[in-house]
Amino acid sequence: MALSHVFESPVPGFNFENSTRNLLLEDALGEGKSNAPKPLKTGTTIAGVVCKDGVVLGADTRATSSEVVADKMCAKIHYIAPNIYCCGAGTAADTEKTTELLSSNLTIFSMNSGRNPRVVMAANILQNMLFRYHGAIGANLILGGVDCTGSHIYRVGPYGSMDKVPYLAMGSGDLAAMGVLEDRFKPRMEQEEAKTLVRDAIRAGIMSDLGSGNNIDICVITSKGVDYIRPYQESEYKDNRQKKYKYKPGTTPVLCEKVVRLELELVHETVQKMETS
Amino acid sequence: WAPLSSSPHTNSTTIMAVEFDGGVVIGADSRTTTGAYIANRVTDKLTPIHDRIFCCRSGSAADTQAIADAVSYQLGFHSIELDEPPLVQTAANLFKQMCYRYREELMAGIIVAGWDKRRGGQVYTVPMGGMLVRQPVSVGGSGSSYIYGFIDSKYKSGMTKEECLRFTADALALAMERDGSSGGVVRLAAITESGLERSVILGNQLPTFFSA
Repeated sequence: MALSHVFESPVPGFNFENSTRNLLLEDALGEGKSNAPKPLKTGTTIAGVVCKDGVVLGADTRATSSEVVADKMCAKIHYIAPNIYCCGAGTAADTEKTTELLSSNLTIFSMNSGRNPRVVMAANILQNMLFRYHGAIGANLILGGVDCTGSHIYRVGPYGSMDKVPYLAMGSGDLAAMGVLEDRFKPRMEQEEAKTLVRDAIRAGIMSDLGSGNNIDICVITSKGVDYIRPYQESEYKDNRQKKYKYKPGTTPVLCEKVVRLELELVHETVQKMETS
Repeated sequence: WAPLSSSPHTNSTTIMAVEFDGGVVIGADSRTTTGAYIANRVTDKLTPIHDRIFCCRSGSAADTQAIADAVSYQLGFHSIELDEPPLVQTAANLFKQMCYRYREELMAGIIVAGWDKRRGGQVYTVPMGGMLVRQPVSVGGSGSSYIYGFIDSKYKSGMTKEECLRFTADALALAMERDGSSGGVVRLAAITESGLERSVILGNQLPTFFSA
């Protein structure tokens, strides 16, 4: 629900008590003994471009936990509304939950007001929420969508800053992707050209950044609808599994089988009629 | 790989405002940085607070955007209650209240400028810490240090709107030349009783000076 006043006490929801507990535990256990599990970060490349009739968003699909790839087919383009999608970089849990919260708030708003949500409204709600948490929520988001006022892309930072620009790249691979975008972006591009540009920008991020990789997802939003192409391009460096890890039934021999009936006695039975009208 | 930058976006900036008879001229550069990376090279730091009142933002992007949003709301409400356009002094005081009360948590240097019926064109500066003072010409941001001498020597009272626009553009161009945290394009706006005129001077059209 859109907030009507800015400075109010936080409502129940996110709870950061565990961070203080983790700090205390780390201190208690001593140096190097045991560290709190590192949060899942999407070392990422995400990009967005405003084209002639809409918006093209792109993302890689790698989610890392320190040096290990935790998810090779992670979905970084999140649904916000039928006409608004959001790419998220930063802490995976934060981007996931923040966008879910935003999506449900906007759905309630749509039902209450009978209007389709506008991209600027989604951006403002995000900005208000992230500012309230003073950067504790590590979400770098690219919001893109088409509404009655046109096609827009907004960038919202973890501290609550908002930028409106025609093209954008974020994540650990943003420097490489931005280079491609700065070179080839033109205002009011055709949709196919924009998709190629975003694909190339993400690819530059994947090639130059260890935290980005695997496949490329593209999401094209126009006034006519959304085309979520997942994956738009598969990684050319896919490995083939050497063996199957399923065991045939009968692999473990059954030595003996014993069935014990549990004697249950019905002690008390009540029936409560439910009020239905 | 390069760690995901999570330092706050700052508008390390050059902002400026000048009063003239009949209105004010405000100007700003267009650079927002996250550490050493320019996050937005076409930022608009001149934010409308009301029809004839603007603020120039420097410091943390998130903090100044949030403050500007809050003050816009408060001023809009006040103006509806009053059934009259608000005074620039009122807007400036609202900024000062917020910046002073939350001075430990905020990093915001703001110049409030506009036109109202009572006192005409006015410029108020609310630097970090929450002071409020009215000045005929005011500069702010990291790039302002480099142009105090230029401002002090070149400013004269009684300039026309066009002279003020040229003066502001020259000062900002000089600051952007010397300050690494300022750059991009120069955004200018002239606020008078009749309305608002915004203009942009692109990088290659900036006034040039001697460079060694």
